[in-house]
Amino acid sequence: MGRDLIVEYRDVTYAVGGRTILDHFALKIEAGETIVLLGRSGSGKTTALKMVNGLIFPTSGQVIVDGKPTTEWDLIKLRRSIGYVIQEVGLFPHFTVKQNVGLVPKLENWEPAKIDQRATELLERVGLPASLYAARYPRQLSGGQRQRAGVARALAADPALLLFDEPFGALDPVTRLELQNQFLELRQTFGKTSIFVTHDVREALRLGTRIALLHQGKLDQLAEPAGFRQSKSPEARAFLAWLDET
Amino acid sequence: MRPFLIHELISLSGEHLVLVSISIGIAILIGIPLGILCTRRERLRGPILAFASIMQTVPSLALFGFLIPVPLIGGIGKRTAIVALILYALLPILRNTLVGIQSIDPAVRESAVAMGMTPSQLLWQVELPLASRTLIAGIRVATVTTIGTATIAAAIGGGGLGVFIFRGIASVDSTEILAGAIPAACMALLADGGLGWIERKLSVV
Repeated sequence: MGRDLIVEYRDVTYAVGGRTILDHFALKIEAGETIVLLGRSGSGKTTALKMVNGLIFPTSGQVIVDGKPTTEWDLIKLRRSIGYVIQEVGLFPHFTVKQNVGLVPKLENWEPAKIDQRATELLERVGLPASLYAARYPRQLSGGQRQRAGVARALAADPALLLFDEPFGALDPVTRLELQNQFLELRQTFGKTSIFVTHDVREALRLGTRIALLHQGKLDQLAEPAGFRQSKSPEARAFLAWLDET
Repeated sequence: MRPFLIHELISLSGEHLVLVSISIGIAILIGIPLGILCTRRERLRGPILAFASIMQTVPSLALFGFLIPVPLIGGIGKRTAIVALILYALLPILRNTLVGIQSIDPAVRESAVAMGMTPSQLLWQVELPLASRTLIAGIRVATVTTIGTATIAAAIGGGGLGVFIFRGIASVDSTEILAGAIPAACMALLADGGLGWIERKLSVV
């Protein structure tokens, strides 16, 4: 897979059980940017995200990843080239932290020494010194540490694209801020294209290079953070009003 | 004790052990894959579980009796007894496989898929290890009950420790009944302890 992986939603509709989750959704994601999909619960943002690594397929329309619709991809190959971080983290409870981080490299048959080196390096990078944390099990970590390990796992096989599904949503505000700062730091270092789902407008403004606001399955606004603050759409105003409240 | 009783005790205990081992072995080979199938094909789950449940609700003596006229697997003897014991042991193994896999945190399964695990990697590296404790618990229940139920095999000529018990009942001889019951109880306790130990060893989470 090339380094300039680009995702494009082409007129994507997704309906399930008579309910339309995504309604003729179109969006082009450029290499290197962090695009935030912002929206309320049920706006379709998570569905849109899961279409990128083929966990969900459009009812109609196409999601193009690196020039090819997801329906034509070898899904195993596609998923191994995309990092995925979710709110519940989903670390394997029977794997040590290091084994969890080294998971995708192992699936890709890297040499054990190389996996070890990569996992150690990434753990240091996300603030979990390997000497202290590598041999622990997920249950022996705090929520924030688990999420750090989750980020390290997503980065392990050096994917060209990272997907984040409300990764910091379950954390306390202080830890959330720490992890947001770390996200910005990692972006400086690795410069990967990221799609980031959140319902937190402040997080969107902090982390996004562009913000795509979803409302009832449609793209309501698409703007850079500064432009988003000036949006006139009622849905954008509703999100920004919350910003003024606090 | 009469010397021939001791001699018989050893050979019948051996026979009993063989009956139980073969039955549990085959029940595991059928029950675990069927349990996994139930997690993969929701439509099959109902019918498969219903079949296994019905098998277990049939009184054991009746189940042995029902099988006698069935062609191929029926008749008098060990083969029929083993078939009945397998049917009996199936439910706990099958159900615990299903429950063990279903109770895995959905986030763990979702990340496994999203990390690009193939279905067989998901099964062998994630689902079975995480379900192993529940799975062993099912095998433990099945083994302990099968050791007891296998004493009824003697009623259809299946041999085992039940031979003592049925003969003891017929001749109102409590020594003979105990000669069948005590070794069976000991066997059940040993199996329970051994499998319980394995179960605890597997408590990874």
